[in-house]
Amino acid sequence: MSTVQDTVAVGRRKPDDRTRRAASAFRLRKLKVWGARAALAVLIIGGWQLFTSLGWVDKFFYAQPSGIWNRLWDYFENGTEFGSYPQQIETTMQEALYGFLIGTGVGVVMGIALGLNRFLAEVLDPFIKVVNAIPRIVLGAIFVVAFGVGITPKVLLAAVLVFFIVFFNAFQGVREVDRNVLNNAKVLGASRRHVIWHVTLPSAMTWIIASLHSAFGFAIVGAVVGEVLGAQHGLGLLIKSAQGNFDPDGVFANMFVIAALVLIVEFVIERVERRLLAWRPTTQAESVLV
Amino acid sequence: MAGTVIEIRDVTKRFLTPSGEVFTAIRDVTFTVEPGQFCAVVGPTGCGKSTTLSLVSGLDRPSSGTVSVDGREVDGITDGVGFMFQADALLPWKTVLQNVALGLIFRKVPKKEAVARARDWIRRVGLAGFEDRYPHQLSGGMRKRVAMAAAWITEPRVLLMDEPFGALDVQTKAIMSNELTGLWEQSRPSVLFITHDLEEAIALADRVVVMTSSPGAVKQVFDIDIPRPRSSVQEIRFGARFLELHHEIWATLRDEVEHAYARTAGAAA
Repeated sequence: MSTVQDTVAVGRRKPDDRTRRAASAFRLRKLKVWGARAALAVLIIGGWQLFTSLGWVDKFFYAQPSGIWNRLWDYFENGTEFGSYPQQIETTMQEALYGFLIGTGVGVVMGIALGLNRFLAEVLDPFIKVVNAIPRIVLGAIFVVAFGVGITPKVLLAAVLVFFIVFFNAFQGVREVDRNVLNNAKVLGASRRHVIWHVTLPSAMTWIIASLHSAFGFAIVGAVVGEVLGAQHGLGLLIKSAQGNFDPDGVFANMFVIAALVLIVEFVIERVERRLLAWRPTTQAESVLV
Repeated sequence: MAGTVIEIRDVTKRFLTPSGEVFTAIRDVTFTVEPGQFCAVVGPTGCGKSTTLSLVSGLDRPSSGTVSVDGREVDGITDGVGFMFQADALLPWKTVLQNVALGLIFRKVPKKEAVARARDWIRRVGLAGFEDRYPHQLSGGMRKRVAMAAAWITEPRVLLMDEPFGALDVQTKAIMSNELTGLWEQSRPSVLFITHDLEEAIALADRVVVMTSSPGAVKQVFDIDIPRPRSSVQEIRFGARFLELHHEIWATLRDEVEHAYARTAGAAA
């Protein structure tokens, strides 16, 4: 084979080789990351189990993974003192979701309304600051007294917690509209309604959707705290009851179930976010990980 | 649609700074852009060039004096005006097609027709096949083409351009300038073009307005008598008449640039 043919052949094959090598390096890296994650999980849970078994750490206070697992099994198999376990999950999820929806809805509407109305925003500013400074969890106590032990006070508490996060983000989102984009739309002949619909809302959307991530976590906090304060069903009630029975396994079991629920909902929110914000450039971190 | 006359008479614009002081951006500015004329405004940074444009577009009002387009005093957004901004001003959440069609949608043109005309304009600026991309997926030069199509689609009688190609590299800028001239010669709107690049100003314009540093005021107006159609910037800048004009205008401009520089350097020191 002549040298010329060689270089041509190599030149044609080379990029393929390179992509293949890059792809396999990428796969290897991903494998390593997942391997390390699994190892870390085994280390944490195994260590926990080991130390409590050896008695170095008292499982009476810190629970034990096998005990937590058995308790979860027991919950699903035999139900709880307040009814079947899925029913408890459903109650808490229902409260959190209603609170999330109400808080988000009101927060978005008020945030945008105030963002668009400078005068009203300035008038209400100190009042909002005061209300925001109140530790809102305390409101739960009032709601329970006022609305009894049904789901209403939990929904309200969750809604209040969610409202402020979403409200501030929507408000800020409206305020942070790019001046150039705004002026461009105006010169192109946009009416005030056009500006709100085509410029202000999509711009605020970025902020609002970003706030929904943490908002659902807060909705769950509101629901669970509301249940701890007084309820007939729900995971928060189970935690309180387990605490009263000196049953740390029960507390941890419910805690992990709540964490799993939050993760599932956040996954859904992330999907929605990706669809709604398809126009955004992928951040560097995302493009590296993809 | 052919261009229309822009008259700026004794215009002063003052702003209240956040610290409560009054800042005069431009003072007693007077000049006219004839119908269908390409007028470039040059001047040092901070001489109120952009302020002048926002007054003509109706985005802002003068503190005193009058701005009129087509004999009518500007009051609110001027009808029939296209604007190309210095920074990216495309709506990032809309695709190329939606961005270009925006001016028509705002004017209540039926959607089908708006889309068809937008497609035509996208083709004319050489972006066929990119209709469904979002602005962040395009290069800086491509985004400028989209902005150009979006501004031209409404068939403006007045085109305001605020250093539209300032952020582009030299080669892309040259190509864009040629495309701009081509479009302008087809429909001949009146153009008010702001730049700090004197070569670009002379190559493109019929009239060059030199402004003083802040407060901005008109120092001198030059008519550029290089015949049209002109060849590209790269070629005509070596012509004898071009060099002569360049020399003459630069002599006027240099004082102002140095003045402005000394002031900012002094403030920094």
